[in-house]
Amino acid sequence: MRPGRPALPEWIRRLPEYLMIWVPLLLSAAHLISFSLWTIWISFTPSTLIPVTGWVGLRNYSAVLASRNWQIAFDNLLLFGGAFVVLSAATGLILAILLDQRIRGENVLRSIFLYPLAVSFVVTGTVWSWLLNPGLGIQKLVHDLGWTSFRFDWLIDRDMAIWTIVIAAIWQSSGFAMALFLAGLRSVDADIIKAAQIDGAGPVRIYRRIILPSLWPITITVAVIQLQFAISTFDLVRALTNGGPGIATQLPALVVYDLMFQRSLLGRGAAAAVLMLLILLAVLLPYAAWRYIQRRRAAHA
Amino acid sequence: MRDRSFAPSRILIYLIVSLIAAAWLAPLVVVVLNSLRSNEEIAQASMIGWPQQWAWSNYAVAWSGFCVAETCAGIRPYMLNSALVTIPATIFSTLLGAIAGYAVSLWRFRGDNWIYGIVTLGLFLPQQMRLLPWTIVLRDVGLINTLTGLVLIHTIQGLSFTTLFCRNYYVAIPHELIRAARIDGAGFFRIFWRIIVPLSGPILIVTVIWQFTHIWNEFLYGVTFTTGQQQPVTAALIALSAAVADIPQHGVQSAAVIIAALPTLLIYLLGGKYFVRGLTAGAVK
Repeated sequence: MRPGRPALPEWIRRLPEYLMIWVPLLLSAAHLISFSLWTIWISFTPSTLIPVTGWVGLRNYSAVLASRNWQIAFDNLLLFGGAFVVLSAATGLILAILLDQRIRGENVLRSIFLYPLAVSFVVTGTVWSWLLNPGLGIQKLVHDLGWTSFRFDWLIDRDMAIWTIVIAAIWQSSGFAMALFLAGLRSVDADIIKAAQIDGAGPVRIYRRIILPSLWPITITVAVIQLQFAISTFDLVRALTNGGPGIATQLPALVVYDLMFQRSLLGRGAAAAVLMLLILLAVLLPYAAWRYIQRRRAAHA
Repeated sequence: MRDRSFAPSRILIYLIVSLIAAAWLAPLVVVVLNSLRSNEEIAQASMIGWPQQWAWSNYAVAWSGFCVAETCAGIRPYMLNSALVTIPATIFSTLLGAIAGYAVSLWRFRGDNWIYGIVTLGLFLPQQMRLLPWTIVLRDVGLINTLTGLVLIHTIQGLSFTTLFCRNYYVAIPHELIRAARIDGAGFFRIFWRIIVPLSGPILIVTVIWQFTHIWNEFLYGVTFTTGQQQPVTAALIALSAAVADIPQHGVQSAAVIIAALPTLLIYLLGGKYFVRGLTAGAVK
């Protein structure tokens, strides 16, 4: 090619290409693996203020699991996760069905239901903390209007405070469920619906027998993604209740942060983070298995 | 069922949808109205109300007069911090994700499926598993409490999403196109710039919107790895609400909240279609 000059070896000529392919991918993959392994390793060491070597077995785990903080956080996660997933999926499904009735202004309505997703949890949490604050928000408004016996003080009620997080989380993310359900509703085979209509089936029957059953796969996907969100919820609680009153709205993500950066118990913080990962895997692994079986079935069909 | 007539059942549908829509808009309306009411007015009435006198000055105070800790520069420096983190991190992660997505879907190399699988695991790994390692890494490379450190984190972590988005888009490009170009002597980069990038418009918009929104809204890393004047706006908002706990300044705080939310809200209004596409692309793999 270039006479008079020895050709560059192939690998040097293609070095920029290799660098661009491999460096970002390897950095990403390597940080994921090494970071996970490192955090898991720290969870077995007696590290407190700084990471140290050593081996304490499961001591950090038993300390975390025995702490009241974690127990409340875990109970809250079960309640919050369950209630939030069911209610936000239900809200999303209802919204999707309503929007699917060929109504005017569908685009505007869809945008309204989805906009909370574009805004930071810090912002929405702050706003909800005002609305739900009995001295500032909805309760104060109703009192000022003359109904002085009205009570809506969940935010400062130890037993009910977790529900304020459910409310804000549903408002924030049921639009996401709606978007997925709407896509599912729009992909139902129109011929089957038409055939059912000709057979004299009413709308309720068509929904119950044909449309809703076809939404099962989407429902499971929505549930898994919302659960994943619930497990790692941090910003929303931090801005809305900061875990309070007391530790009534504590969640695992807040416990991890508290242990790592406020109490400087790195080993325990890491153990709590690994526990979070395990909770997540308990949700994701069955889902992955289900997806795998579905795909194999689809391939064999 | 899907008719356009105005039967009573359809009026009911419109009624329900309008009520829910009003409920969904209420928090935004409340904050916008509060941002225009004076602090005294809010203190006397509730957070929910119509401004008696339009207090436009709240925005000026929120933007550049507000005091957090000892500094009274308003929200402006933190907005600038967020922009200085979000814009470069969005550009880098999108560009690298496009190259990586192109490499794993069209160029192919040994082990590409494996490495792609590991990279997409990053979608699931909770932030909490990476907090300590990032602390160590940032400290060791001297980037703790810097905006550059946050750019680094968001660029590397963003690759999980951007690679996934781009790869799923690029697998639909016919391999013959690449093969033909290779026979003509085009290399990795020439094919990327001349063939792939011109075809990538829609997916690059989705990726940029997605990354921008995520990084702008991110809070945990911002609050963990930066302090004081180096914090992004999400972390500053929390510091601000703690700072005004004694003397409520809800009017000013509302204005600050609106300003902080404005960039992502604008992006959502302008590119809503692409935002939703990113949402569903991230959900259904």
